Amino acid sequence: MNYQLDYLDQLESEAIYIMREVAGQFERPALLFSGGKDSITLVRLAEKAFRPGKFPFPLVHIDTGHNFQEALDFRDSLVKKLDEKLVVRHVADTIKEKKLTEPVGKFASRNALQTYTLLDVIEEFKFDALIGGARRDEEKARAKERIFSVRDEFGQWDPKRQRPELWNIYNGKIQKGENVRAFPISNWTELDVWNYIRREKMELPSIYFAHERECIEYQGQLIATSPFIKREAGDKILKKKVRYRTVGDMTCTAAVESEATAIDDIVNEIIATNISERGETRIDDKVSEAAMEDRKKNGYF
Amino acid sequence: MDILRFITAGSVDDGKSTLIGRLLYDSKSIMVDQIDAIKSHGKNKLNGTLDLSLITDGLRAEREQGITIDVAYKYFSTPKRKFIIADAPGHIQYTRNMVTGASNANLAIILIDARNGVEEQTMRHTLIASLIGIPHIVVAINKMDLVGYSQDVFNNIVIDYTAATKSLNLKEVKYIPLSALLGDNIVDRSTNMPWYESDPLLHYLETVKIQNDINYTDARMPVQYVIRPQTEKLHDYRGYAGKIMSGGYKRGDAVTVLPSGLESKIKAIESGGVEVAEAYALQSVVLHLEDDIDVSRGDVIVKSENKPIVSQDLEVMMCWMDTKPLLPGNKYFLQSNSKVVRSMVKEIEYKLNVNTLEKQFASEEIRLNDVFKATIKTSSPIAFDSYKKLRSSGSAILIDETSNVTVAACMIQ
Repeated sequence: MNYQLDYLDQLESEAIYIMREVAGQFERPALLFSGGKDSITLVRLAEKAFRPGKFPFPLVHIDTGHNFQEALDFRDSLVKKLDEKLVVRHVADTIKEKKLTEPVGKFASRNALQTYTLLDVIEEFKFDALIGGARRDEEKARAKERIFSVRDEFGQWDPKRQRPELWNIYNGKIQKGENVRAFPISNWTELDVWNYIRREKMELPSIYFAHERECIEYQGQLIATSPFIKREAGDKILKKKVRYRTVGDMTCTAAVESEATAIDDIVNEIIATNISERGETRIDDKVSEAAMEDRKKNGYF
Repeated sequence: MDILRFITAGSVDDGKSTLIGRLLYDSKSIMVDQIDAIKSHGKNKLNGTLDLSLITDGLRAEREQGITIDVAYKYFSTPKRKFIIADAPGHIQYTRNMVTGASNANLAIILIDARNGVEEQTMRHTLIASLIGIPHIVVAINKMDLVGYSQDVFNNIVIDYTAATKSLNLKEVKYIPLSALLGDNIVDRSTNMPWYESDPLLHYLETVKIQNDINYTDARMPVQYVIRPQTEKLHDYRGYAGKIMSGGYKRGDAVTVLPSGLESKIKAIESGGVEVAEAYALQSVVLHLEDDIDVSRGDVIVKSENKPIVSQDLEVMMCWMDTKPLLPGNKYFLQSNSKVVRSMVKEIEYKLNVNTLEKQFASEEIRLNDVFKATIKTSSPIAFDSYKKLRSSGSAILIDETSNVTVAACMIQ
């Protein structure tokens, strides 16, 4: 008989293993859920890891207030179906409480401010581990991060002081106040995620599929018009058929022109593309060459 | 399609980053925007041509110093395989990173600069690959363009390497002459070296047989988590969740739980929430037992006919990974799969000179990057196999009890 596991089965099994290690090693874990395809994949993996039991962790969403409504609606319906606990904390509240300064500019993004809300929610619930959907193929700072990544009490990542991570042994021992960020789909690529979504027949927010949308064309990228974006006289407003390759904030995620209305079409487009996921869709990573490295060091996911 | 995990070992000057960059570039895994980022990089060393080594540079600290300070993971696919590269730096002080990268690898590419031949670091990298038990080794003799694509140079390095590594009993070694910079023998067979009639690197990576790297004989499943819904409907549900590290299980198999030694039978196996009749290595499953016996995280479920060793005394090869030296008599946590016990390093038998492969018996302090043989006593019995037989149940790490840092990699003899 053929024992060989298909590569998607291998990736799935590794991710389930990592989730169960988190559940086995920590007292108060949580799963960071954004409503994007990577965290939706994590939820499917959690079902495979823990059903028929309940998840040994709540889902946590840091709501920037700049989300796509479609992603929020999807989140709520998914949580209802799952019958699991969801914790939502709002960046807007943190801004008020901590008197933080809102970023300004045309595409003023609260992406960096999320970190404050995240650290507060960790403190509030005394979370000792947070499961996240980051992948190493996304970005070069992520490519260096461990699967169990220890953060100090300020949530900071120190790339030079990472623990060696050997075999499948994950050292989750931490001091009080520290926490671990755990990344079960570290070894998945964007295409792996899409192939898995297709295989598992998973549902996704509608914005991942081609739809008509009013966009501003800005430096070659298409940004959806929304109340969160400062409209200017010279803006070129277009109606385009687009889909989203990643789902972040409306202020920092660009759409891609597409006719892909079904999952097969999307997989084919991803195979054919010559631009990386972040490069095509993220406005915030281009600011400096070390943008992600800096944010991670400051407690970002 | 399956997955090949490999590591590349070589020093800054061997062209390791260029080789990885070349593999990614030629397999079309580098996207336009990433190439743009390289082009805009101020330090493009070669005038006009793309410096492929910049693809693997990750952190600002590395770009500033022009070095690689940690293991970086890179991904590419061909229609035949998905590849995961652990890019580990080759400096002396970073042996621990190579060990880290090597621990999950099926294959190691050891780079040799054709101009320099077998060097100290070649020996160090090969020793680590052999200690970690990487099943397949590719000796990539790079920069052939700088030695006039000479067959003699290649042959002499093959002879030297074979002789120098004879004592290591390497299982499978493939020698490939190449130029990462110019792309010779990377994807296509080089026209500059018609005397080399075997596979170019990528083709070899796509076709090297790795099915036999997994052990399907010795059934071992460490319990990670016990699923007990305790709802009205699932009142008696009690499932042992874990990943089958080796071997396989069928419904009805007689099993033993270790270290307790309690026996039972497999009542049911679930995979992804679906009941299956059998399951095998690398699958994450839930096992149900016939009897209501005490099983918890850290236990290993094995077939009763094929048991591992259960003991408190271990003989191990170790690589020390902490800046704090090993203090004899110090206590550490020992973690092996999901089991954590307290332990003490008792005796250091010898230290291995990683450059000459000689054993040094004089008692010296064990410091960062040292490879040595020692005995460990654990506070309670643990179940294990020899690392040579089963990588997954013969491996462990030591954790400093006060700093929580992983301080050593252990390969149980």
